[in-house]
Amino acid sequence: MTSSQQYEERLERRRRKGLVFSVLLFLATTSGLVVLVTLIVDVVVQGGQWLDWDFLTRFPSRIPENAGIKSAIVGSLWMILLTAAISVPIGVASALYLEEYAPRGWLLKIIQININNLAGIPSVVYGILGLTLFVRFFALGRSLLAGALTMALLILPIIVISSQEALRAIPEGIRESAFALGATRRQVVWSHLLPMSAPSIMTGVILALSRAIGETAPLIMIGALTFIAFLPTSALDPFTVLPIQIFNWTARPQADFQGLAAAGIIILMVVLFLMNLSAILLRNYFEKYRAR
Amino acid sequence: METNERNGSSPAGQGASEGAKVRVENLDFWYGANHVLKDVSLDIRANEVTAFIGPSGCGKSTLLRCLNRMNELIPDTRLEGRVLIDGRDIYRNADPVMVRRRIGMVFQKPNPFPKTIFENVIWGARVNGYKGDEADLVETCLRKAALWEEVKDRLHAQAYGLSGGQQQRLCIARTLAVAPDVVLMDEPASALDPIATAKLEETILQLKERYTIIIVTHNMQQAGRISDRTAFFYMGELIEADATEQLFTRPSRKRTEDYITGRFG
Repeated sequence: MTSSQQYEERLERRRRKGLVFSVLLFLATTSGLVVLVTLIVDVVVQGGQWLDWDFLTRFPSRIPENAGIKSAIVGSLWMILLTAAISVPIGVASALYLEEYAPRGWLLKIIQININNLAGIPSVVYGILGLTLFVRFFALGRSLLAGALTMALLILPIIVISSQEALRAIPEGIRESAFALGATRRQVVWSHLLPMSAPSIMTGVILALSRAIGETAPLIMIGALTFIAFLPTSALDPFTVLPIQIFNWTARPQADFQGLAAAGIIILMVVLFLMNLSAILLRNYFEKYRAR
Repeated sequence: METNERNGSSPAGQGASEGAKVRVENLDFWYGANHVLKDVSLDIRANEVTAFIGPSGCGKSTLLRCLNRMNELIPDTRLEGRVLIDGRDIYRNADPVMVRRRIGMVFQKPNPFPKTIFENVIWGARVNGYKGDEADLVETCLRKAALWEEVKDRLHAQAYGLSGGQQQRLCIARTLAVAPDVVLMDEPASALDPIATAKLEETILQLKERYTIIIVTHNMQQAGRISDRTAFFYMGELIEADATEQLFTRPSRKRTEDYITGRFG
């Protein structure tokens, strides 16, 4: 048998193996999707009938027919805006310092390891920290601000790490040529590094905020209320958010409240979907600043 | 006039530096523990093209990057010795930002900013506080870099739409916009095809009337075509520096001869 014949036989086997491999990859992808679709269908079946305008515009109530999710939606919006306002400037500034300014050395390595570890700490621990520090020590009470500060701490490591990666992805040639023109570091940062990393930073920020909007444990720790029949008017007011409202409803025995919880989950998923969509749109919009 | 500074800084025949626009004195340089430049001393004359040649890793690019303090941006490096431009030490009592403005650099890979052609040229001038007519400066610099005719109708198009050779000439124009008097080029043609390379070399020859040019090249024919003087480096040492014709036809050191005749490297 010539080697050419051997190769052709092998080729047949290699093709078959390739096919099996691609099918396995496809199954892996669909298994995740199947779970998600099942979840969505289940939730829509349970909660669909509760979803109407009244549900969106009413405050919670003991009577399922009158119960709405208005205060939780507004609370979640407040929460996201405050959390973003606190964590984005601090997170991006930290990433800039670590990547572009900090002298390389053991101290930087230790800080980096710590940030990576902070990203893995369970959220309930942040809740305890928030309770001690913001609610009690700074006497902010069970307010939106205390909650947002806690959430900001929770997602700060994610924002720092994703911003660092965004900065690292900028080709070194951009920095070098800008410095070679006699630019200061600040000018390089503002003219090139920030605009060029903005799409990736924003994607990271929105994904981090998506996590924050679904977090329940730390807010339960700091004592966010579950029954709020008014809208917060300032950052120092008590509040509730979507996941806490959902958690509250699921904890009740009546079947109607299970339906309300499912309706709440639909709202939460829509909000998450909109946030992810905006991440994609923002990234596309800023794509032109990307270096090649 | 906005172009005064450029004209005024033309160093031809300045007596104070006795012909040496750039003087390197006993320069040693380390990357960490790696001793990459060993006691290099070299004079570079104004309004000439000086070529640095030598095998990979010989230190020629490192020396180039010492001349505008780019190596400082790399952590864990150390430098000893002196680099003088017009007789002034660029490392002691000198601001690296000012040094880099006066000593421009063009890199191996064309690296325009992700901005328009116009913005690419003007950015360096702007950050240095240029207050004159921007359109005027952009045209002047693009003409000097022999790119004007090709891009004058699309100044506000993205620089990435240009070919590699055009991008590299754009990088030259960008460098000229901050009015340097020395231009460093680190293998500027290595990513270009032969036609773009020929065009770039022509541009370099035109530039030497007003600028002092130092070019690192792997291509000995290129060094022969465009340089007035050539310095040969080997293992971090300067082996020989002489008029290009002299060095290529009658090298005084055996190692230089071996290299230029292709016996190693």
